Amino acid sequence: MTAITKKPENPTAHLTPEDIEQIGVELDAIRQDIIDSRGASDAAYIRRIVRTQRHLELGSRAVLLASLFPPAWVVGTAGLSIAKILENMEIGHNVMHGQWDWMRDPKIHSTTWEWDNASPAEGWKHSHNQIHHTYTNIVGKDNDLGYGIMRVDEGQRWHPLYLLQPMWNFVNACFFEYGIAAYDLELGRNLAVPKDQRPETFKRSARNTLRKIRKQMTKDYVVHPALSGPSFLHTLAANFTANLVRNLWSHSVIMCGHFPEGVETFEKAAIPANETRGEWYLRQMLGSANISGSRAMHLMSGNLSHQIEHHLFPDLPSNRYAEIAPRVRELFEKYDLNYHSAPLPKQVASAWHKVFRLALPNGWLAETTPRNAPKQLAKLYRMTTGGPKVRRALSSAA
Amino acid sequence: MALLDPVRVRNRLAGVAEALTSPLVPADYLDLFAPLRSGTDLRGRIEDVQPETADAATLVIRPGADWAGHVPGQYVRIGIDVDGVREWRAYSLTHGPRADGRISITVKAVPDGKVSTHLVRRARPGTLVHLEQAAGEFVLPPAGGKFLFVTAGSGITPVIGMLRNLFPATDGGVLRPPRSARHDIVVVHVAPSRPDSIFSRDLEALHAAGAIRLVARYDDVHGLLDVDDLATLVPDLTERPTFACGPAGLLDALERHHADAGLELFTEQFRVALVEAGEGGTVHFTQGGAVVEADGATPILVAAEDAGVLMPSGCRMGICYGCVLPMREGTVRDLRTGELTTADPMSSDAGGVPIQTCISAAAGPCHLVH
Repeated sequence: MTAITKKPENPTAHLTPEDIEQIGVELDAIRQDIIDSRGASDAAYIRRIVRTQRHLELGSRAVLLASLFPPAWVVGTAGLSIAKILENMEIGHNVMHGQWDWMRDPKIHSTTWEWDNASPAEGWKHSHNQIHHTYTNIVGKDNDLGYGIMRVDEGQRWHPLYLLQPMWNFVNACFFEYGIAAYDLELGRNLAVPKDQRPETFKRSARNTLRKIRKQMTKDYVVHPALSGPSFLHTLAANFTANLVRNLWSHSVIMCGHFPEGVETFEKAAIPANETRGEWYLRQMLGSANISGSRAMHLMSGNLSHQIEHHLFPDLPSNRYAEIAPRVRELFEKYDLNYHSAPLPKQVASAWHKVFRLALPNGWLAETTPRNAPKQLAKLYRMTTGGPKVRRALSSAA
Repeated sequence: MALLDPVRVRNRLAGVAEALTSPLVPADYLDLFAPLRSGTDLRGRIEDVQPETADAATLVIRPGADWAGHVPGQYVRIGIDVDGVREWRAYSLTHGPRADGRISITVKAVPDGKVSTHLVRRARPGTLVHLEQAAGEFVLPPAGGKFLFVTAGSGITPVIGMLRNLFPATDGGVLRPPRSARHDIVVVHVAPSRPDSIFSRDLEALHAAGAIRLVARYDDVHGLLDVDDLATLVPDLTERPTFACGPAGLLDALERHHADAGLELFTEQFRVALVEAGEGGTVHFTQGGAVVEADGATPILVAAEDAGVLMPSGCRMGICYGCVLPMREGTVRDLRTGELTTADPMSSDAGGVPIQTCISAAAGPCHLVH
């Protein structure tokens, strides 16, 4: 992708400032309809999900006490994986967004919730709710764009190290919760500072994160396995597998939210200092992508399958996104904007395609055909082994 | 042997249970099965809803194992979800301690009363409610007797609660149940002028029905009340223990007067929920002690920061909930929608009502926990 303002055809060029403000007015009206109608049935929904998740987790962990027996291992691991996914996606992420704060229930509230994840709620709420949701897809400001470890935009200069980014991305997917914890801490930036000059806030957050990780590890890899007695190793493997499944799944869903081809990114310099609500809405509309699918798909993705609706209204209850999606889509059509939605396999493939494309120098993947492959590989080899001058010369030649 | 010391064993087991359930706590799972057990948040289960009249009902509630009992006349704060939103209200306990361990409240559905209407018309047996321990020093002896209430302005509120409890006002008129026959009550109510409020009309209705004797004193008609005139207004003053609620000036005067005369006096400074939503107001921060003047168009977050208060903050547009603080008391207006949110010590969660300071402006004086 290329930042929207650098594209030959800016997809918002046809909108007048009045159009943009009108979009804001219409979206505010949709938001207000949900706020006016949220009530007992929504509260019942989230309590039912929380109750179901806890029963499922208890049941799965009970079955895993006998994980020595292969059927128990399979059933328990599957159940625990689903429980962990529900806990992170439909419950944790959404509760921490304040989607359920209106219930005034201190047990289901953004200020009190802690989730089954390596990153403590406090750090997550800062980097996700505040940074990512406010500065969505602004290159250099939104750390979710590649988590600071990947090349996500043609505008970022290519370097041979980026050839490894598909592998990086896969490793990050497997251990996603630790990746999240690391970037919630802005670990890379803070570790670059000499130890005695690191900010106090970082040291405190780092201690909290390590404590959280220790507790998470103790639970999944010591106490529950120990309770299983002779099934110790099997339960440990089951818990590891459930965490792995949850990490891979949540990474895939989240990659689909902003990464598929065709989702727009924005230049820091092109965002006005006093961006209006309409302009902010527009950025969210263009910077997100949906996953189409069944109700089960929406539930397991924590309704991040309605990423567009979620980014427009991050604090509306997730169970209502499906209901407003048609109205949001109509608005896209009315203003001739691209409502980006596709089934999961397609979005995942598209996101991975972008990871590979940007791992390579600009244009390399598109130019390469079976016929010119040897030549292209030779060029890539020279760009990888040569210095910056060679790279500049070869990429401008293309 | 130290290893088998029961306290240590229990602590050790609790530690293991916490390790098993982290980041939640064991109670989060145990409450799925036993919400009324000892050691968890105090809750109760509505076991019976008995209609009293067309618009009043008595709710019989089984309190959790940690319920500490109550003195007749005390009130209990009940948290119940109405339209999905946790609301807290205080209701007088209408019975003394019962042999079956249950408690009961009698609720009249007041017009526009969100919670009372819900409790009377929609509460069903089996519903879980949240409870606090019984409270209230301002208690009428259940044995009955002769009493005087002296109330001024909004100080009428707790007295109205007691009187409604004694004499439920229904669409069919004021009820005078047998349990209330033992009470002989005079109310001296003081106000600047005759207020047109439901409370004064309630008092007048109770007076008309013969349930109480009302002596209304309006400054614009009768002049300012002199406490020395009480003996004239209430000839049998010396036979009546006095319950007084109102501004500090009146309570001080009464205390001097009753002390000199050797009369019994109970007072309550009752903070009242009737906040008139205004434009802007003074914001008090209860922990830092800061006091900030905020106008009706500026987010509290901005007003506080401009005044040098270190505030939690986030997106500053109402989406990230990084700026939420509990409001103990007061009213704020959502700058996006105009919607008002009110908190007061009697009808809100004990921790306050969380508000987003970045999109909320003061609509009257507010007390935030920060």
